[in-house]
Amino acid sequence: MAMKCQKCDKQATFHITELTGGKPQELHLCEDHAREYLTSSGAEPTNTSSMAAALAQQVAQQMAVGQTAEELAELDQQSCPVCGITFYQFRSQGRLGCPHDYVCFQPQLEPLILNIHGESEHKGKSPRRAAGSAKRTQLIRLRREMKEAIEEEDYERASQLRDQIRETEKEEL
Amino acid sequence: MELNDLARRSGEWLRGSGPEADIVISSRIRLARNLADYPFITQASEQDRTQIEDILRERILGIEASGEMLYVDVEELEGVDRQFLVERHLISREHAESQGARSVAIDCGERFSLMVNEEDHLRVQVIASGFDLGSVWQQVNRLDDLIEEKVTYAFHDRLGYLTACPTNVGTGMRVSVMLHLPALVITRQIEKVFRSLQKISLAVRGLYGEGSQAMGDFYQISNQITLGRSEQDLIQQIGDIVPVIIDYERQARDFLIKESHENLHDRVSRAYGILRTAQTISSEETMHLLSSVRMGVNLGLIPDLGIPAINQLFIHTQPAHLQKLSGVELDTADRNIERARYLRRHLNKENGGGPAEKN
Ligand SMILES: [Zn+2]
Ligand SMILES: [Zn+2]
Repeated sequence: MAMKCQKCDKQATFHITELTGGKPQELHLCEDHAREYLTSSGAEPTNTSSMAAALAQQVAQQMAVGQTAEELAELDQQSCPVCGITFYQFRSQGRLGCPHDYVCFQPQLEPLILNIHGESEHKGKSPRRAAGSAKRTQLIRLRREMKEAIEEEDYERASQLRDQIRETEKEEL
Repeated sequence: MELNDLARRSGEWLRGSGPEADIVISSRIRLARNLADYPFITQASEQDRTQIEDILRERILGIEASGEMLYVDVEELEGVDRQFLVERHLISREHAESQGARSVAIDCGERFSLMVNEEDHLRVQVIASGFDLGSVWQQVNRLDDLIEEKVTYAFHDRLGYLTACPTNVGTGMRVSVMLHLPALVITRQIEKVFRSLQKISLAVRGLYGEGSQAMGDFYQISNQITLGRSEQDLIQQIGDIVPVIIDYERQARDFLIKESHENLHDRVSRAYGILRTAQTISSEETMHLLSSVRMGVNLGLIPDLGIPAINQLFIHTQPAHLQKLSGVELDTADRNIERARYLRRHLNKENGGGPAEKN
């Protein structure tokens, strides 16, 4: 029972299951097309841009389940108070904006992470230095606000923010 | 040390030594890390990027690394030099092609490379020739510790190391082993490999190429999952499956030798003949033929030619390397001529019996 290549009339001798992102995808290809397919990706084992696209698609699918259009639109507009990224930006580019996104988008990210990894808790190495203090994420927000103040030519506020940044940085050392 | 010094050498992963080096080209582990007090790259302002770069450069150059280190500003590099680093596996294609402050630190043995401001703030990579994940993990773990002494990484108590893409969260670790599997391709059994890997969520990818060209039967196996398993577990998973694939490949080679020795010998000899005499040759055809020759050398069908020399030809005949080695910019047609000349010169020299090339 010979199966035909999905891209030409030759016999499919390669049956590839693509596991990058989303659901496993079955591909049936001849030798030439399998070769072409397998070598079209980048140096990284998982091509990052196709990965991000697959991820974005997965988020979109997941969100479409059991939510109305208004609810989706509302969710899309939610933004991170620290870095300012919107949920819409995240799901269209597949990349997050700052460490705090894992906290503020937790209800949406949790099922996604579980879907990707089949697990939701880190096992393994931890840094010896204590991380995750609120001051650190505060620095991200302060720098962003300073940049915005400069763009709006509010130099008084910008200089206040700069002092605050310096103080926080000192405390963190 | 300068970038141009690298071109003439061949780097750690082409040494062609280490365990199982006839089939396993290289073992590689990379860790993705981000500074806790800066946004990820997509939300970073130009100033953020510059500051991240400053902080990490200072820290990286402060490490007492064995030997000399080359710190390269990728943004300032010319296109051919960026491509050169990609061909060398020292930076990713994404790192070469993106915009803004970014860099890479490379030790002179080309065992490790640290990319700054790639998809994450820092990507620490260690690579070794052959099948040697244990020592690679030791080295990359140590580098990670040394850098962490003076910077604070983004880390979440439950989710582990935080990364720009949720697919890397947790350990932030990607373990990859690159294998040369020509006999499994010839005997059309490579699907068996894919099926066995599919069940345990490992990814298989071909070696990068210029565009989408075929790249000499090289396959890279790596973990997909980064969360919920320790680094040791992830390494062991790959460490357990690679010997199985090596075994399949050896069986396929044995089969070819026993059952179709003439065909195999013919294939290898023709490939060798073309590479030693062609006047113009594409990168694609070169890879394809070198793959047969490499297997032929491993099976004792071509005497007087070493695996390190063949490994080096795979890299030195790629577009940016050819241009760096010849010292001039070449278009595709000129590259094909230069590539053929390079191959004739090296293959006819390596094999003492061949006619000397006068050029
Ligand atoms: Zn086909
Ligand atoms: Zn954020």
